[in-house]
Amino acid sequence: MRRGPLTRVLGEHPVGTAFVTPYVVFIAAVFAYPLGFAVYMSFHDYFFAAPGAIVDRPFVGFDNYATVLSDPAVRRAFGNVLIFLVINVPLTVILSLGLSTALNSAIRWRTFFRVSYYVPYVTASVAVVGVWLFLFNSNGLVNSVLGPLAPDPSWLVNSHLAMPTVAIYVTWKQLGFFILLYLAALQNVSADLYEAASMDGAGRWKSFLNVTVPGVRPATTLVVLLATVTGANLFTEPYLLTGGGGPDGASASPVLIMYQRGIEQGNPDVGSAIGVLLVIGVLILALLERRFVGSED
Amino acid sequence: MRLRFVGLLVGAFVFLFPFYYMLVGSLQAEPDPSVAGAFPAGNLTLHNYSEIDKAISLGRSLINSGIFTGGVILGTLVFGVLAGYALARLQFRGRGLVFHLMLLIQVVPFQLLTIPLYVMIVRSYGLADSYLGMILPFAINSTAVFVFRQYFLQLPAELFDAARIDGASELSILWRIAVPLVRPALLTGVLLTFIGPWNEFLWPFLITKQQDLQPLAVSLTNYITTVASRAANPFGAVLAGACVLAAPAVALFLVFQRRFISSNLSSGVKG
Repeated sequence: MRRGPLTRVLGEHPVGTAFVTPYVVFIAAVFAYPLGFAVYMSFHDYFFAAPGAIVDRPFVGFDNYATVLSDPAVRRAFGNVLIFLVINVPLTVILSLGLSTALNSAIRWRTFFRVSYYVPYVTASVAVVGVWLFLFNSNGLVNSVLGPLAPDPSWLVNSHLAMPTVAIYVTWKQLGFFILLYLAALQNVSADLYEAASMDGAGRWKSFLNVTVPGVRPATTLVVLLATVTGANLFTEPYLLTGGGGPDGASASPVLIMYQRGIEQGNPDVGSAIGVLLVIGVLILALLERRFVGSED
Repeated sequence: MRLRFVGLLVGAFVFLFPFYYMLVGSLQAEPDPSVAGAFPAGNLTLHNYSEIDKAISLGRSLINSGIFTGGVILGTLVFGVLAGYALARLQFRGRGLVFHLMLLIQVVPFQLLTIPLYVMIVRSYGLADSYLGMILPFAINSTAVFVFRQYFLQLPAELFDAARIDGASELSILWRIAVPLVRPALLTGVLLTFIGPWNEFLWPFLITKQQDLQPLAVSLTNYITTVASRAANPFGAVLAGACVLAAPAVALFLVFQRRFISSNLSSGVKG
């Protein structure tokens, strides 16, 4: 086919550019620009002013970062997120891999199980948090079942248990999604490998460890990464479940502190610095996880 | 084998029980956290629903949730289908770049953009307390764009070549030929777009201060954090609100569960 100079520059269907323009404008306005703007604010003395007012917002270098890093509440929140991840990520991987393996070989009630595992994931966190508050209340159902074993102070107002309870809540809420990811990955593990393993005399547990686990490793990498990103984004749960990161900051998350500093207290520059640090932290964690979980690729 | 089945049953109980308890708690006149209270024999009432309705105006909140969600779905259907079609079937400069951007932004955590978006939308453009400000950051769901592209890619190329030889414009090819063939994709796109804004809390919470503009997730939260401590049966009212908030998403999911699950698989696997 003969291609004119215009076709060579614009491609065969220049109208495609028009079709994607709204989407590209959307990405630029809602993702690219705010990302750059956040970095800009974090290096300036940025404050809220009336629209149209001309105010001086001088460059302050790393001042906002110094403020953030010397703030004990921020350091605590980053520590809390680490506690969260240490509980949430392994629990998510173990439970979703276990349940999806069981589900994969289940014959009866497959759809019922799949649907029931997935329901929490499609429900608003605000709605399920209401029930969890009721269940884990000092005199709630969980404590009445536990009787004398109930922790005192209760789950959500206990500074040692608040963050673990939030981590377990999020695991429960997200698990259905990860079970589906693993179910898809399990379809790609060749049945021959299981046959070979059983020929070699491997039991069910052995073939799970030696065939299933390595077979779904790419999915495990994905699950670990997505769970980490979800954990870094934690906001609604500490805001509601533990009444704003309580008791005494024991379950505050970086996004919660970012909201308090940036919007409630009117320091968007400090809030942005927290956000930038959080992104850097997530990137480092993601790279480490890829190295240790992903390996050999 | 039996052990495995028991494990699955225990799992299903753990996942479903809170929902059962939500419903039961919303129908009890008095909060009863004892074990027996989970299995009430009679004495059920709709009183809690009228309580929460009085406090936060359920109807108004549901309409706001509906407008917010509907706006996002509309934006995704119009602009997302256009973008998905162009990415699948048209050759133009910059196509690869747009495709990679689409994949990249799925891993950008939205929460981190809230401060700059808040400054822009609320402070610079004055869109606080407006539906437009609520919808804007979610206007086109990138996962849906990806799903649309995958479906358009599966259509046979001859179909498009024939229509082009007949002189049809790309817009009419898209509207008359491609869209009718990918109706299931449109349903999938609507479903996976729906749960985002319907369940979203942080963004509408930040930009709506007027109660009559707040979606249900926000007004229910405000009830939990401020009013509930003073109400007679706060848990009952909260659980009634929770049931109303959960019901549409759960109902859609139950009716279309096959589409939901396959859509999340295709979006999840691409990572």
